[in-house]
Amino acid sequence: MREKVVDVLVVGGGAAGMAAAASAGAQTLLLECDAEVGGVLNQCIHTGFGLHRYREELTGPEFGHRLLGELERSRAEVISGCTVIDIEHHGPVVHAVGPEGRLRIRPKALVWATGAGERPFGSLMTPGPRPAGIFTAGLAQRFVNIHGFLPGKRALILGSGDIGLIMARRLHLEGMEVAAVVEVQPFPGGLTRNVVQCLEDYNIPLLLCHGITEVHGRDRLTGVTIAQVDKSRLPIAGSERHFAVDTLILSIGLIPENELILPFTPIDPVNRGPRVNSLMQTEVPWLFAAGNNVVIFDLVDTVAAVGEMAGASAALYARGELPQERLTRLVRGENVLHLVPSSLVAESPTVLYLRVSRPINAAMVHVGDVISRKQSVVRPSEMIEIHIPQDALRELVKKDEVHVKVTEG
Amino acid sequence: MRIAVIGGGIVGSLIARELTRYESAVLLFEKEADIGWGVTKANSAIVHGGLHETPGTERARLCVEGNRLYEELSRDLDVPFKRVGAYVVALSHKELPLLQELYEQGLRNGVPGLEMHDRGTILTREPNLNPNAVAGLWSPSVGITEPWSLAIAAVENGMENGLALHVAEEVTSIEVADGRVQGIVTGEGEYELDAVVNAAGLFADRVAEMAGLLEPVLLPCRGEYLLLDKKVGNFISSALFPTPNKLSKGILVVPTIDGGILLGPTAQDLNREEKEANETTRHGVQEAIEGARRLVPQLDLSFVVKTFAGLRPETTDKKFVIGRTSIIGFFQAAGIRSPGLTAAPSIARFLVRDVIVGDLNLTGKRSFTSTHHKIRKILDLPVEERDRLIEADSRYGRIICQCNHVTEGEIVRAIHRGARNLDGVKFRTCAGFGRCQGGSCTDKILLILARELEISPDEVTLRGGDSTILGGKVRT
Ligand SMILES: Cc1cc2nc3c(=O)[nH]c(=O)nc-3n(C[C@H](O)[C@H](O)[C@H](O)COP(=O)(O)OP(=O)(O)OC[C@H]3O[C@@H](n4cnc5c(N)ncnc54)[C@H](O)[C@@H]3O)c2cc1C
Repeated sequence: MREKVVDVLVVGGGAAGMAAAASAGAQTLLLECDAEVGGVLNQCIHTGFGLHRYREELTGPEFGHRLLGELERSRAEVISGCTVIDIEHHGPVVHAVGPEGRLRIRPKALVWATGAGERPFGSLMTPGPRPAGIFTAGLAQRFVNIHGFLPGKRALILGSGDIGLIMARRLHLEGMEVAAVVEVQPFPGGLTRNVVQCLEDYNIPLLLCHGITEVHGRDRLTGVTIAQVDKSRLPIAGSERHFAVDTLILSIGLIPENELILPFTPIDPVNRGPRVNSLMQTEVPWLFAAGNNVVIFDLVDTVAAVGEMAGASAALYARGELPQERLTRLVRGENVLHLVPSSLVAESPTVLYLRVSRPINAAMVHVGDVISRKQSVVRPSEMIEIHIPQDALRELVKKDEVHVKVTEG
Repeated sequence: MRIAVIGGGIVGSLIARELTRYESAVLLFEKEADIGWGVTKANSAIVHGGLHETPGTERARLCVEGNRLYEELSRDLDVPFKRVGAYVVALSHKELPLLQELYEQGLRNGVPGLEMHDRGTILTREPNLNPNAVAGLWSPSVGITEPWSLAIAAVENGMENGLALHVAEEVTSIEVADGRVQGIVTGEGEYELDAVVNAAGLFADRVAEMAGLLEPVLLPCRGEYLLLDKKVGNFISSALFPTPNKLSKGILVVPTIDGGILLGPTAQDLNREEKEANETTRHGVQEAIEGARRLVPQLDLSFVVKTFAGLRPETTDKKFVIGRTSIIGFFQAAGIRSPGLTAAPSIARFLVRDVIVGDLNLTGKRSFTSTHHKIRKILDLPVEERDRLIEADSRYGRIICQCNHVTEGEIVRAIHRGARNLDGVKFRTCAGFGRCQGGSCTDKILLILARELEISPDEVTLRGGDSTILGGKVRT
């Protein structure tokens, strides 16, 4: 067994973790369980990454490559193929396992950047047998883009999140027939640009307000029945439609991955990730968090920015330079679903990330009575970023509590 | 002597292992691609105490004795078994007489340790139980296990003692002449035999028919379940039963070996032909939820990772059919409904030691090895042992299933021990059994299977037959 003492340990080598380690710099160790760093970027060979961060349109692997360059220049150490299996939070002591054996690490600060997992088919409790041919979108994406195999011949896609939309296009371009994309909500789950570029451009139908009611086939999937749903998402009798498909692709949501920190870290039940302040510090002082394990973000650019914040804060904490400040709590008000951070810290550059629960045209985003920002449209599928200017921040942090809400403009 | 056992469920597996204690050639035939995929795969996984059984019946005797045998058997075969205990819960005063009846019935069956607990005690021990509960019958000998693991371990131990395993090989006919078994025919060939043991689970009536017997008749009764991931935490600590109804023991809330919670089963009678109807239904899942919530109202369904159904092999009179038949050399362990998992060790022992050995004049082997090491989860090993394993083979340090921390080494070993497809790996190692249900590791496991079996990735199946996972290569 090997032992290591480091200033900052970053767990997870996706976009958030790479950016965190790069900004934390020397005396930092990054652990990645896969054979290579990059996380989901490696399988996203489509373009659309980096417009904010690099002002260029890059593919996932290209974006990952840029981050890797930053990581290498930072002189942080990277160990891949090594999985963290336990955290003793008194200490803290982190236990990991890899092909070289066990590794025990004593970090001064830790950045948790393990991303998110895909919600499994079983959680839908769909009636029917359990044939082969049912894939989560990310799994299907890895089969196609990394391993070079198609999941089947004719697919139905459930869920119109971005991965579902992108997979619809990808499978279509690879010669599979995509029967339809089915979405239970009355609006698409993914970005508008993806609805246009992935479905409309290829005449792939998008069926809103529809849910899956049964799967068929004993060995391999032979068909899927869907139905229109009412307001409480229950199927409407008589509206059933059958699709003869051998493949069902699910893009039904991502679940922040926080298993190992759950026992000792306060979690925001709506975000399903740790409660963090604007420095990306959790309520466990040595623990920082970034990426999709905090909340599901839309863009990797945002994830990398949040990662940088977490890495820089963790490095300051490790050196004893992170000021202990009074926190101002952020409270969810009208039409706010996801909200990061949970509290504000004075003096630091601050961005609020929020997601509404229902779409509004001509909306107004309010942060306390200090900021009111017009927003022509707000949709659950598009995260809103509010950069808080220093003078506004100074006003906000005078209070104990600030309400965030999104109202009709 | 050449003896074939038909059916690699918990019953057939333990019978086959028991037979390898004697001088004989034992063959086990299983139509599915792996062991334990019939009734044994989808049930409540409870090792019952025996208080539900009618006193004086064979079932009651075999159940109580089976429960007792589990301790040693699970140790010998290195299979998880936990005596978590069970409560039968009365939710109203009206149910108290029934609880008392069960208590007395249990005493007559010889169930050890039964106690009546008042509301205060049960709610202290099970704080998430319905607060309207009025009393509980505590049965401390009730345990939980992993049924398919026990079946696999029994077969592997049997193989160490000479058992010949034939999976993915369905028995299609039985040759009988002069009232005596001559052999069997399978999809792969013909076998001359001195004896055949019918342990074909739900299909035991079809196998009996092959030998010309019209009994038993087996009717499937579907039971649907929901499985909550271990993320749900220590929500309950023992198996929770409602007071039983005429049809079944009712809908239960049961902890699983790996820390999850099982809700179910329902009980829906099907036609005799519907022996593969193990699909779930909207109605069944709803009924399981409602039933479970009567016992534990605060169950959080966001932890559900899967729903599934099992089929009970029911005889009309609910009796087990165990023993010799009118055909010489044709033995049966059929109609093994609940509590068949519990009774399986005693069924195997009784059928082999008290019936077959005498009828066939078998003599004991000197060299029987009763202990076996299953593929142990490497992270459950003491650290020194783990270090040694990784040093000898670095694949034991490469974690493939992030949810259950299963390594490449364990997966490769499972394949070398007989896993031929994704479900084979899953049931033998728990890889893909966790909260993501394989979303993040299915591709890695599939590639390991293809590599070890020396086949193309698009030939790998979910569970044999036509259940291939992939559709073909991406054009380049
Ligand atoms: C919903 C439900 C809940 C239950 N809960 C419990 C419980 O909590 N506790 C308990 O003690 N018991 C329980 N039981 C009962 C228990 O599961 C069964 O009694 C037990 O698993 C039966 O094992 P088996 O080996 O007889 O059958 P199986 O596991 O079905 O094995 C028979 C095997 O024979 C194979 N086969 C069939 N025909 C052929 C052929 N022609 N050629 C080759 N192979 C063939 C099948 O593929 C199968 O694998 C439950 C059952 C159900 C359905």
